[in-house]
Amino acid sequence: MPTLPQFLSQAFNGIALGSLLALIASGLSIILGTLGVLNFAHGAMFMLGAYTAFVVLGHWDSFAIALALGALVLVLVGFATERGLIRFYYSRPKEDQILVTFGLGIMMVEAVRYVFGSLSQPVPLPSWGQGIVNLGFFIYPLYRVEVIGIVAVLLFTFYLLLYRTRIGLVVRAGIEDPLMVELLGTHVRRVFMVVFTIGAMAAGIAGVIYAPLAAVIPNMGEPFLVQCFVVVVIGGLGSFPGAVVGGIVVGEILSLTTLFDPAYSQAAIYAVMALVLIVRPRGLFGTMGRA
Amino acid sequence: MGGSHGRRLKRWLPELSLAIALVILPFGFDTWLGSVDLFTRILIWGIFGLGFDLLFGRTGLLSFGQGAFYGTGGFVTAYLVTSGRMDNVWLALAAGVAAAALFSVFVGLLALRRVGIYFAMITLAFGELSYFLENSPLSQWTGGENGLPGVPAPSIRIGGFDYSFAGSWPSYQLVAGFYFLGFVFARFVVLSPVGSVLTAIQQNPQRTAALGHDVGAYKLTVFVLAAVFAGCGGALLGIFQSYMPPDAFGLDTSGQLVIQTVIGGAGTLIGPAVGAAIWLTLRDLLQQVPAIGDLWKFILGLVFVLLVTFMPNGVVGKIILVWFRFGRRPQAAIGTERPRDVTAREALLAPLLMGIAPNLPARLALDVRDISKAYGGIQAVDGVSLALPEGRLHAIIGPNGAGKSTFLRLLACEETPDSGEILLHGIDVAAADVTAAYQYGLAKSYQINQLFPQLTMRQNLRIGALGRHRGRLRLDIFRPADGFAKVEHIVAALLEELGLTECADLVVSTLPYGEKRRLELGLALASQPSVLLLDEPLAGLSPVEREGVKQLIRNLRKGRTIILVEHDMDAVFELAERITVLHEGRKLAEGTPNEISGDPLVKQAYLGGMTVP
Repeated sequence: MPTLPQFLSQAFNGIALGSLLALIASGLSIILGTLGVLNFAHGAMFMLGAYTAFVVLGHWDSFAIALALGALVLVLVGFATERGLIRFYYSRPKEDQILVTFGLGIMMVEAVRYVFGSLSQPVPLPSWGQGIVNLGFFIYPLYRVEVIGIVAVLLFTFYLLLYRTRIGLVVRAGIEDPLMVELLGTHVRRVFMVVFTIGAMAAGIAGVIYAPLAAVIPNMGEPFLVQCFVVVVIGGLGSFPGAVVGGIVVGEILSLTTLFDPAYSQAAIYAVMALVLIVRPRGLFGTMGRA
Repeated sequence: MGGSHGRRLKRWLPELSLAIALVILPFGFDTWLGSVDLFTRILIWGIFGLGFDLLFGRTGLLSFGQGAFYGTGGFVTAYLVTSGRMDNVWLALAAGVAAAALFSVFVGLLALRRVGIYFAMITLAFGELSYFLENSPLSQWTGGENGLPGVPAPSIRIGGFDYSFAGSWPSYQLVAGFYFLGFVFARFVVLSPVGSVLTAIQQNPQRTAALGHDVGAYKLTVFVLAAVFAGCGGALLGIFQSYMPPDAFGLDTSGQLVIQTVIGGAGTLIGPAVGAAIWLTLRDLLQQVPAIGDLWKFILGLVFVLLVTFMPNGVVGKIILVWFRFGRRPQAAIGTERPRDVTAREALLAPLLMGIAPNLPARLALDVRDISKAYGGIQAVDGVSLALPEGRLHAIIGPNGAGKSTFLRLLACEETPDSGEILLHGIDVAAADVTAAYQYGLAKSYQINQLFPQLTMRQNLRIGALGRHRGRLRLDIFRPADGFAKVEHIVAALLEELGLTECADLVVSTLPYGEKRRLELGLALASQPSVLLLDEPLAGLSPVEREGVKQLIRNLRKGRTIILVEHDMDAVFELAERITVLHEGRKLAEGTPNEISGDPLVKQAYLGGMTVP
């Protein structure tokens, strides 16, 4: 049996990983909920954010610049993707939307591979994130504690944006019934553009934060994309609270099962997903209808 | 006789062309691309793709987890022969395919609970799951990330000596043989009634279910079928390479399959192999170009995005489209034949005009007892009863929001009432689903057309007639879809009666609204229902078309009970024997047209402002 400090340490890892998953998945989920588009390039967008951090932190020790540039790069990529490609797909079958974003994701990964190579490359921790911290029962890497704090702030900002602003109200209404929002005189297509850009930005910011935790590699987004699908299925389509709770749940399952048998940690999240599908197909926070 | 020979030749033309290509093409690869191995590899992807094409191209189910079954088939086969548990490679191959099929039943039961986006996500997750399982927990059997080396080739005994399929050319013969058999089998599926139902599911799953086909069971069938092809492809990959690689399970494998199918052309069977040829050949050629060699996958990704955007039918789909000069789709070209026995009009119409009731001793065709249905706080239908003797034409009227449509949905078993009973020929169907209701002889024509837009008129009607004729599920894949004489008879008669014979072989989406509206009625009639529910059949029709449909409804009355919901009051009072007036979910009045037109309550309800006491 694992000891209590081991258990707490893994539980903390679970929150750190889970909060990052929550951030990526909430971006995926609002795009899915509002536009009805499942963005298969979301993992690649996360990867683009991580490589931005790799470039910036390799030159300056400024996490703020990395975060700002990562957000900016993904805002530009998200905007260009929606305007240049996705908007022509709103009236096409869902399957076509999946296919085109899947192809786009491959192009992003391959472009990065061409520029930076296929090898895994380390990203330095910001100077204020180096070292360890004593949390009473156990000692823990400082940066991971800070990650939890940073992501909590970002998720709270996201929450305020969705639940306390006019655009957030329109987005949430659009998740319920896009046609009705259009009929009420809101230009839904413009909202779509904003939502896609914000969703891409969320993935990029998560990539910047994640990069120093592990190394960067071109196909690093793939497992995150799949785990985000699991988060969305568990949490419920288009639901922000669902993405957050689902993210933490998946992060904890991944971390805690490692204590007992690392081999099964990945399998465990799919088992939970299967269970949710059987018991509550719409997900924990999902509403009926759509997809 | 000559015509029959011609038809048979046309039926087998694709198989014949493929056989010739499989004999000639490998020499081309051997000469110009160095070895026949590349072509063998293409055909392995092609076998994998035949199943995926049935799943995605035919049925519209986009799975991103096919690698799970490819890997399962490959690793079970490879493990059985490399561990020495099985000496016979053929048996091991069969066991691998069976394992893939078994796994797909499990995954299918879960994944098929959802459609569209969710289905794609869930299948992808299961693909990843099997990758992780192979990689660590099962690694003592699968070799983990090393895979399983040393997979032997099978051999056959001809005339006293063994012929082994090891080596470039023999393994090509093995794979090409499997591809050919797989193609023949897949084409049988496509041309069978099962293939017709799968296409119908892709175009309109709700209506397919409402026409008596068990959509869930057909989906699971095609899902398992795709896994059988995948398992076979995976096993052949291990045999061909003498090595089973772990990345067979990976997302890259599932993704490459999707890409190749789309590039080649989904729904064409040959498409995935053509896509694989494009993908693999371009990869080999691009990698030799110094400046852009490292960008080969980027370029293929770009090509893929452009193809999805501008050429959604893929390369083969485009060729077929150009070949047939727009309009006629490939399955129209293969699947339809002119009716053989159009004789005298009257003789044709006789069976059509009769509903077929189940042989049950019930006086009432439909006996609705006190049914209610609420949505949240709104009581849409509130304790309505209705007794219909056989042969009655009964109309239901009421102002907007009176609950007419909900009432009709309950009768068609599209929704389950909160309380009350619905007896159809004496059987309680309140809890039955829409598919079961259709099988009991109840059919509904919808207020908004529910058609199969990319099929022809004839194929649309055939889907409906097959539903009653074949039952909920039948896997008669070796029978042509147009091989049921009785079904073809009914379809031809319906086309004649609806005045659609001229456009019988035109694709529905290209036809005007009036024709589509008549087809909507025809779909409900194709099962020869004994109870027919008509939800605003006159909606959107011109005055001339209205007269035609009214005459049709009169013709249909023989041996049939009809419930008519309609806003055209002149038509209602002209056609109906009795009328029920609904208001705010309750029955306000019931009687003959004369009684209803004189009822002061009814007048008030229609003029507005009153509530039921």
